[in-house]
Amino acid sequence: MSRYSALGLLRGALNGQKHWQPAWRDPEPKSHYDIIIIGGGGHGLATAYYLAKVHGLRNIAVLEKGWIGGGNTGRNTTIVRSNYRLEPLHNFYEFGLKLWHGLSDDLNYNVMFSPRGAMFLGHSDADMVKLAERGDAMRCDGIDADLMTRDEVAKLEPLLDMSRDARFPIQGGLIQRRGGSARHDAVAWGYARGADSFGVDIIQKCEVTGFVRDGNAVVGVETTRGRIGAGRVGICVAGHSGHVAAMAGLKLPVESQTLQAMVTEGVKPMINSVIMSQSLHCYISQSDKGGIVFGGDPDNWPSYAQRGHPMVMEGAVAQGLALVPALSRLRMVRTWSGVTDMSFDGAPIIGETSVPNLYINGGWCYGGFKATPASGWTYAHTLATGKPHPLNAPFSLDRFERGATIDETGSGPMPNSR
Amino acid sequence: MMQITCPHCGPRAQSEFIYERTVDSVVPLDAAPEQAMATLFARTNPRGVDEEIWRHTYGCRAWLVMTRHRVTNEISATRAVGPEALP
Repeated sequence: MSRYSALGLLRGALNGQKHWQPAWRDPEPKSHYDIIIIGGGGHGLATAYYLAKVHGLRNIAVLEKGWIGGGNTGRNTTIVRSNYRLEPLHNFYEFGLKLWHGLSDDLNYNVMFSPRGAMFLGHSDADMVKLAERGDAMRCDGIDADLMTRDEVAKLEPLLDMSRDARFPIQGGLIQRRGGSARHDAVAWGYARGADSFGVDIIQKCEVTGFVRDGNAVVGVETTRGRIGAGRVGICVAGHSGHVAAMAGLKLPVESQTLQAMVTEGVKPMINSVIMSQSLHCYISQSDKGGIVFGGDPDNWPSYAQRGHPMVMEGAVAQGLALVPALSRLRMVRTWSGVTDMSFDGAPIIGETSVPNLYINGGWCYGGFKATPASGWTYAHTLATGKPHPLNAPFSLDRFERGATIDETGSGPMPNSR
Repeated sequence: MMQITCPHCGPRAQSEFIYERTVDSVVPLDAAPEQAMATLFARTNPRGVDEEIWRHTYGCRAWLVMTRHRVTNEISATRAVGPEALP
């Protein structure tokens, strides 16, 4: 793999840029791998990358039914943050956030990570108490969080409706300045290129259709490109976790729902940070191309449709317009949706299953993108050693039957009320 | 948007309805703790047809059971809910 650099670009300029090579190979599947990862999204590719880089394994395949990064990696709002109140969550996401800060250098691929600040808005006294409590919990574990006054919020985002009779009056906020956004495709492509350079086979258009069993243990997978043997198999398919796990006879504490996002035409810089309101469940940020990216609630009923519902879109946009009235002049140019695997406590699931050699990484709800590096790192550790990393130990699949759920919102086992 | 046929009110816009849970996740009153646990937390979550309990919240407020395909959104049946909906 040739290293990308400014000098290389300059050299290429003198040579008509003819030096470019494909960033990863397109190999035929081998008959056996030590580890097979099902799902070539950001998480699966990151897992393969860290398996090779950190654990020194080489005989690894990533199987992707479509094209890499074509699922939820390419269907989110690209927000990166670690501002959770519960300790297992903020420690996990903070580990990820630290990896994000060095990711472009590590991968030699510009993932365009932009730590512009991730801000939660507070709309009431109760909101401000909740935000202060969250910030305190984070700071106790050394994670940056600053409570903001109303004036500080107005200074950072002058276009917010700060009037006293606003539909959603703003009293203050909580900002994590090291949070921000990144370029979704670059994350998938950067990890793919990195993993490929270590010899990982990234096999696209290869859908897993079943598991090969020896007794109870999984010893391989049946795919649309034939049978492939494996020492260990890791499921990493986000919204389709239930579908794939069912092939191994497993039922998961997961319900798949549609989550939508949408983007306006590009305009000059007008949103400086990532604006979020958890009381409303609205996310607003501006992409590097200038489009205003909106996200809102999931479609609150089970669906694998990968297409959203206008009613939910209307809700998200109405909230956005109430917060930033100037957005009303913009035209929406694209909407999209992904299948999110809503877990029953809102936290992810990373660890072993009751089936020997079969591991699961899923249940990301609507928070998977920011977790990509941490998810890959800890899942790689789990797959390589057969044991959880300390950071993903709390997120085991058996936590539900042990009563050890990690319920950040405290809404109980109802994904549709999350 | 889906059009849902309420067994009591006839065809109505989906915006009048709220999804509650799947039929197989209703915990029987006499369930053993392990069975209650499995029923409460584990879902088939099929990429296909499942039976779901919805409520006509902004209409007659009655519960109903809907048989729906989760990729195509095709609703093949709706029926009123009662004691017979329990497994």
